[in-house]
Amino acid sequence: MPSEDTYESYYVPHNSMLPIFASLGIFLTVYGVGNMLNEAKAGIDSSFGMLVFLTGGLLLGGTLFAWFSKVIAENHAKMYSDQMNRSYVWGMSWFIFSEVMFFSAFFGALFYVRMFVVDWIGGEGDRGPSGMLWPDYTPAWPMLETPDPSRFPGPHEVMSPWGLPLINTVLLVTSSFTVTIAHHGIKEGNRQKLNLWLALTIALGVVFLFVQAYEYYHAYTELGLTLSSGIYGTTFFMLTGFHGAHVTLGTFMLAVMMGRALKGHFDAEDCFGFEAAAWYWHFVDVVWLGLFIFVYVLGG
Amino acid sequence: MSAVIEEHHDDHHHGPDKGILRWVFTTNHKDIGTLYLWFSFLMFLTGGCMAMVIRAELFQPGLQIVQPEFFNQMTTMHGLIMVFGAVMPAFVGLANWLVPMMIGAPDMALPRMNNYSFWILPFAFSMMLSSLFMEGGAPNFGWTFYAPLSTEYAPPSVTFFIFAVHLMGISSIMGSINVVVTILNLRAPGMRLMQMPLFVWTWLITAYLLIAVMPVLAGVVTMMLMDIHFGTAFFSAGGGGDPVLFQHVFWFFGHPEVYIMILPAFGVVSAIIPTFARKRLFGYDSMVYATASIAFLSFIVWAHHMFTVGIPIAGELYFMYATMLIAVPTGVKVFNWVATMWRGSMSFETPMLFAIAFVILFTIGGFSGLMLAIVPADFQYHDTYFVVAHFHYVLVPGSVFSIMAAAYYWLPKWTGNMYDESLGKTHFWLSFIGVNVTFFPQHFVGLAGMPRRIPDYALQFADYNMISSMGAFLFGFSQLLFLFIVIKCIRGGKKATSQVWEGAHGLEWTIPSPAPYHTFSTPPEDLREAHG
Repeated sequence: MPSEDTYESYYVPHNSMLPIFASLGIFLTVYGVGNMLNEAKAGIDSSFGMLVFLTGGLLLGGTLFAWFSKVIAENHAKMYSDQMNRSYVWGMSWFIFSEVMFFSAFFGALFYVRMFVVDWIGGEGDRGPSGMLWPDYTPAWPMLETPDPSRFPGPHEVMSPWGLPLINTVLLVTSSFTVTIAHHGIKEGNRQKLNLWLALTIALGVVFLFVQAYEYYHAYTELGLTLSSGIYGTTFFMLTGFHGAHVTLGTFMLAVMMGRALKGHFDAEDCFGFEAAAWYWHFVDVVWLGLFIFVYVLGG
Repeated sequence: MSAVIEEHHDDHHHGPDKGILRWVFTTNHKDIGTLYLWFSFLMFLTGGCMAMVIRAELFQPGLQIVQPEFFNQMTTMHGLIMVFGAVMPAFVGLANWLVPMMIGAPDMALPRMNNYSFWILPFAFSMMLSSLFMEGGAPNFGWTFYAPLSTEYAPPSVTFFIFAVHLMGISSIMGSINVVVTILNLRAPGMRLMQMPLFVWTWLITAYLLIAVMPVLAGVVTMMLMDIHFGTAFFSAGGGGDPVLFQHVFWFFGHPEVYIMILPAFGVVSAIIPTFARKRLFGYDSMVYATASIAFLSFIVWAHHMFTVGIPIAGELYFMYATMLIAVPTGVKVFNWVATMWRGSMSFETPMLFAIAFVILFTIGGFSGLMLAIVPADFQYHDTYFVVAHFHYVLVPGSVFSIMAAAYYWLPKWTGNMYDESLGKTHFWLSFIGVNVTFFPQHFVGLAGMPRRIPDYALQFADYNMISSMGAFLFGFSQLLFLFIVIKCIRGGKKATSQVWEGAHGLEWTIPSPAPYHTFSTPPEDLREAHG
C-alpha cells in the first residue's frame, strides 16, 4: 500500500494531541467566563470563575501557539503541496465569510431598530400598549430619551462622526494601503520594505485602538453614552466594540507576521500566512467603513 | 522543525493506534465520522428519554409525574439536544465517513481541525446537560429561547446555555469549512462538480448554509448575554429595543437551520433509491438546482415563524408567498425520487424501506408546512400541536429515518459485515408504526386547539394524547433494537463484498469492505463509477 503522503504529495497529519487540548482550553475558557458572570450577578465573592477562565485561556493560547508553530514548521519542511496550501486559502476565505455573517446580525439589528422599532414604540401604526406604557415618549434617532428612562437613562449627546471617528477612518484606510505595500515588499523580495511598512501598519492599528479607547472614555464620562443608555448605546458599543475586538485580533495577527518576517519567513512564492492576516485586516477595514457610514454619519 | 521531520519519517504504520487514545488524538476521517455517529446516537437516546418523560406526563390529563417547571425544562432540552446533538452531528458524521470516499480524497482537507470540531461537542453538551442540576434548573424557555423569557425571566443556567451554543457554533463552522474545502479542493483529478454524487452536493450546500447562519446564531445569543449581564437593551422595549427583534435574528438563523437538517437527508435518499430501484437517479441536474434553490429560498422566508407577532400585512403576504415557493423545488425532488422508482427493478431491503418511508412521510410533513404557510390559517394553527406534528413529521420520519437508512446502507461498508436483515426490517416496521401513531393524532388535537409546551390539557384531548404516548413508547423502545442491530453487525455477520448492494454505484463501493483505514492514498483513475 502506498504511503499516505504520496497522494499528489498530500500530507495527512498523524495523530495529534493539539485538538483535544484546544477543546479543553476553549471549554474551560467559556465555563470560567460563565461562572464569573453568574457570580457577579448573584453577588457571590468567589475567584473560582476567574481561575477556571485563566487556566482555560492559558491552555487554549498555548495550544494554538503550538498548533500554528507546527503548521509553519511542516510548511517549511516542504510537507505541503500547492494543492494542500489551497486548503488553507479556502479555509481562511470561508472563515472571513463567517465573520461577515456575524457582523450582519448586529448591523441587521441596528437597521431593524432604526427602520421599525423607534416609530412603533412611538405609537405609529396603532402599536397599542407602548402608547399606554410610555405616553411621553417621542420617537427620535439618535434616541436621547428612552421610553423608560428610569431603567435606561439616555445619553446627553452622541458621538460626532467628524472628530475622533474621522481620524480613525483615515488611520484604518491608510493601514490597508500600508499592508498592501508591505505585501509588495515580499513579492519583490525587498525585506526592508516589508519590515518597514508592516511595522507602520501595526502602529496604525495600535493608534486606532488607543483613539477608540479614548473615544469610549469620552462617551462614558462626558456624553453619558454607555452600554446601558438604551438601544442607541447598545448598538453603538456592540458594533464598534466587536469591531475593536477584531482590530485587536488583526493587529495581533500582523504582529505575529512581523515576528515571522524578522525571522526571515515569507518569500514571493510562499507567504500565505502573511496574506491571510492581510485579508483579515482588509476585512476589518471594510467593516469599519460600514460602521462609519451607518453608525456615525447616518446615525449621529 | 527537525522534530517534525523525524516524526514524519518515523511513522510508517498505517493502521489505527490501539486503545482509547486512538479516538482522542485521531485525525482520520473515518474515526472522526464514527465518533460523530456514536455521539449523535448517545444524544438521540438522551433527548429520547426526555421525550419519554414528556409523553409519560401527557399520557393522561392532569399532573401525574413531573411538575410544570420541570416539564418546561424537558421540552426545551429535548428540542435543543435533538437538533444540535442528534441530527446535526449525525449528518456531520456521515459527511466525514462518506465525502472523502465519494470524491476519491485521502482524508478531509484539514484533519486536525476535524478532530477539534468533534471534541468540542462533548464539552458543550456536558455543560448544557449539567444545567439540569444547577440552581434554578435547566433552560425552560423552549428550544427557540424567545426573549424576554430567555433573558429577563430566565434561570441563571442560561449563561451556560449561551456558552454551550457558542461552542456548538464554533464546532459547526469549523466542521463546515472543512467539508466545503474538502469538496472544492480534494476531488479526484477529473471529477467535475456536476459529476459528484448528490450526497456530496447536498452537503456542499448544507455546509455553505451552516457557515452563513451559525454566526448569526452566535450573534443572537451574544445579544442575550449582553442584555442579561451588561444592561444592554436589544430585547427591552423600555430601552428602545424590541423582543420581536430576537425572533427576527433567531429565525434568520433558524429557517436555514431546518434545511441544514434536511438537505443531507435528500442526499442520502438520492443515493439509496437508485440502488434498490436499479436505475440511475432521475433528473440529476434538476436535483442539484432544486437543492440550491431551496438553500437560497431558506434565507428569505424566516418570518413565517412569526405571523402572529404583529408584522405588517405586506410582510405577512410576502413571507406567505415566498414560503409557498419552496414547495416547487421540493416537489421537483419528490417527483424525481418517484420517477427513479418508476418501472425500476425494485427490492425492499431495510435502507430502501426507510428511504421510501422518508419520501412519503416527509411529503406529509411538507404539506402540513404548506398549510402553516397560509397566514390566515396559521393564526389558528400557531403554537398548537399541529405545529408539533408538522415539524416532527419532517424531522423524525424525515431526517432521522434518512440517518437510519444511511446507517443500514453503509454499515456493511463501514464494518465489513452485513447487518441482520430480518431484525432491520423489524426495526423499520416498529419505527414506522411508532412514528405515525405518535405524531399523526397530534394533527387532530392541534387543529382542535391543544397548545404546545403544556404539561396538562383539556379532557377532550385525552384519547388522542394517550394514543400518541403509546406510539412514542413504541418508537422509543424500538431504537434499542437499532442499537442491538448495529452492535451485532460490528461484532460479526455475513461478510460484505466490495459493492455490497447489487445496484450500488459510486467510488465508495469500489474499495474493499470494511473500508481500509486510509483510502485513495493515490487518486482513483476510473471515475465512471463516481456519479451514483
